[in-house]
Amino acid sequence: MIWLTWRQLRTGTVIVGAAVAALAALLALTGPGVAHDYAAAIAACAEPAGACSAVGRFFDRNQMAWLAVTAIVLVVPPLIGAFWGAPLVSRELEAGTHRLAWTQSVTRTRWLAVKLGLTGLTAVAVAGLCSLAVTWWAGPLDHSGDMARIEPLEFASRGVVPVAYAAFALALGATAGLLIRRPLPAMAVTLALFVTAQIAMPILVRPHLLSPTRSTVAMTEASVDTFAFGPDHALRVSASAAPRGAWVLSSHAVDPSGKRVSPITISAASGPCARPGSPGGPADSPPGVTGPDGDPLVTGCLAELQRLGYRIESTYHRASRFWPFQWYEAGIYTLAALGLAGICFWRIRRVPA
Amino acid sequence: MIEFHLDDRTGLSPYLQLVRQVRQALRVGLLREGDQLPTVKEVVSSLAINPNTVLKAYRELEHEGLVAARPGVGTFVTATLADTSLAAHEPLRQELRRWLARARRAGVDDESIEALFMTTFRSATDGEVGIA
Amino acid sequence: MSAVLRAQELGKSYGRVRALSDCTLDVPAGRVVGLVGPNGAGKTTLLNLAVGLLTPTSGTIEVLGERPAAGPEQLAKVGFVAQGAPTYANLSVEDHLRLGARLNPGWDDAVARDRIGRLGLDLSQRAGKLSGGQRAQLALTLGVAKRPELLILDEPVASLDPLARREFLQDLMEAVAEHGLSVVLSSHLVSDLERVCDYLIVLVASQVQLAGDIETLMATHHRLSGPRRDPARLPDDQRVISASHTDRQSTFLVRTDAPILDPSWTVGQVGLEDLVLAYMGHTTNPPPDRPTERPKLEVQR
Repeated sequence: MIWLTWRQLRTGTVIVGAAVAALAALLALTGPGVAHDYAAAIAACAEPAGACSAVGRFFDRNQMAWLAVTAIVLVVPPLIGAFWGAPLVSRELEAGTHRLAWTQSVTRTRWLAVKLGLTGLTAVAVAGLCSLAVTWWAGPLDHSGDMARIEPLEFASRGVVPVAYAAFALALGATAGLLIRRPLPAMAVTLALFVTAQIAMPILVRPHLLSPTRSTVAMTEASVDTFAFGPDHALRVSASAAPRGAWVLSSHAVDPSGKRVSPITISAASGPCARPGSPGGPADSPPGVTGPDGDPLVTGCLAELQRLGYRIESTYHRASRFWPFQWYEAGIYTLAALGLAGICFWRIRRVPA
Repeated sequence: MIEFHLDDRTGLSPYLQLVRQVRQALRVGLLREGDQLPTVKEVVSSLAINPNTVLKAYRELEHEGLVAARPGVGTFVTATLADTSLAAHEPLRQELRRWLARARRAGVDDESIEALFMTTFRSATDGEVGIA
Repeated sequence: MSAVLRAQELGKSYGRVRALSDCTLDVPAGRVVGLVGPNGAGKTTLLNLAVGLLTPTSGTIEVLGERPAAGPEQLAKVGFVAQGAPTYANLSVEDHLRLGARLNPGWDDAVARDRIGRLGLDLSQRAGKLSGGQRAQLALTLGVAKRPELLILDEPVASLDPLARREFLQDLMEAVAEHGLSVVLSSHLVSDLERVCDYLIVLVASQVQLAGDIETLMATHHRLSGPRRDPARLPDDQRVISASHTDRQSTFLVRTDAPILDPSWTVGQVGLEDLVLAYMGHTTNPPPDRPTERPKLEVQR
């Protein structure tokens, strides 16, 4: 049975194996160079009269490659689900070859166990190798980029979760194929369900796996991102109290009593937040890192908000939560994969001829 | 080696056809004592019939004392049906040829010749009790 | 000899559709069984139940004394060629032989390769490129080389041309002669089965109409023709299978174990095809006898 499964998988595995090997080789060759560039840029910036512009440009220079490898890791699990999982059982049912396979001297259960097991191992190996290579290679870029590793897009393409995603997608595909009995509809259903799960997970489940940190911070130029009066003369402030590299779940301004306010009602016509020369006009120069000479209007307005007691409250997960989340989520997807496999084993005995 | 054939239209069951063909072969001297009959496998593979049919035919022939089965070797002819009447075959055949020629000269067509022969043959066989 | 297939009130339904109902069979070993019936009568369903591809919705079925597909040992004893002789289109003939060797502990590689050699099949050719007849022969090789006790074939010659059909049956009979297999093969053509089978099962409208050794069936079915008569006036030990009348003459096909004593009948043999056709005319169970209404025939001396 092992021979037969291998023989059926052979072409696909060889092609995928070659592609993964090529990717791994490419990354292995270029990885040290990337790391070296980054270290050089950091060192240059750390010097007393250092030029830190290289650090800032580092991510931009390698952005295309970074996007490509991230995309590869994201796309491997659903492809496995659609092209290895969905046809696993359904192609045989559609072609009628199950009538040949199930009347040799192996039971259906053993047939399914070997097929699913061997394909599962291969899927896990492929996803694992890709994720390992990419996580290693993209390390410096992840550090220097705007996105945090723990944020959803990067989270799903690094570490151990891609392996669990691949196992889940495979089991999902196999179950869909078994129930739908035709490969093409099964592939479509697998992709749809997998994408739904991937979207739902970071929105509905992952944030609650661990209790997030909630903290408040004063509104300063450092913590505020954008600052603008809208057409309705109300002030909207966008800021974050979270440290760098955290996954921000929500962030908003609160009034002295701790209640969320958005927008902030403060007069734009008079007082510290009014712009001179345009009565009631918006004071909408966004603060940012403009250097030591901040817009005195902005500084003054912010000081007024502080005096009134307005603060920024953020709910977030610290960057150090990355690995705990990885293991929890990998565990969830693995359990789901095993559950789906269980459904397959239960249903295989009742498939009509 | 005798080669069997089956005629689906005779209405005779296959095993009887095989028996009959062996007897006929024995009668005309095509099969002689000591000759081996085709193996069950050979017959079945050329005629596409059930092996039991062949076995039944061979058993019937064995029962009639015409053949004997030697396990592991095959089935062999042990007796002969070609009797002294074989000598009389040739002159009878000549007479028959002359009779046929006469019938044709008289304008009797083939079907009528066959019908004439068969009815005379049958009535003669039925009334054989009375012939010396 | 023990039974090779035993079914007790076997039934299979899909929702409200009855594919097979009330099927009771006791097929002895060592036979070549012909399963005949019109399309849609339930032949494939019965065979699929026999190899464990389907499970019954009512009744039981036992093959070689065990539930079908009960385990690897039972599976090894039964060879099966499904309708259309499914094979893996992308695998070569050689791959299929290896499949057989790996999946069957009882595989006889010498038998398999000998057959393939005699059939002239190219080992490296993909099964998808073979002709229908060659695929059927490959599937039959897989079934025979695993050395089963029972070989089940679902319409094996249906899509073959006459030459391929004859060659397939020759080959099959040779395998039977050589290995002593029992065979169950289904067909909707009786002519295929006549020469090859010695046991017959007639399946019509999802029910078994007739089952038995062909020799016995031939000996117990007779065609009676004579002056016009009402079937109810025939003796009750003669079961009327079919009847046809003109204004002066009646012809009956009857089944009886007793001799036909009524001198007004001309008694003739029934050919296998006519016999099957007569039973195929039944859309339900054979009409029940009405014993109280029919006279018993006695011999008066």
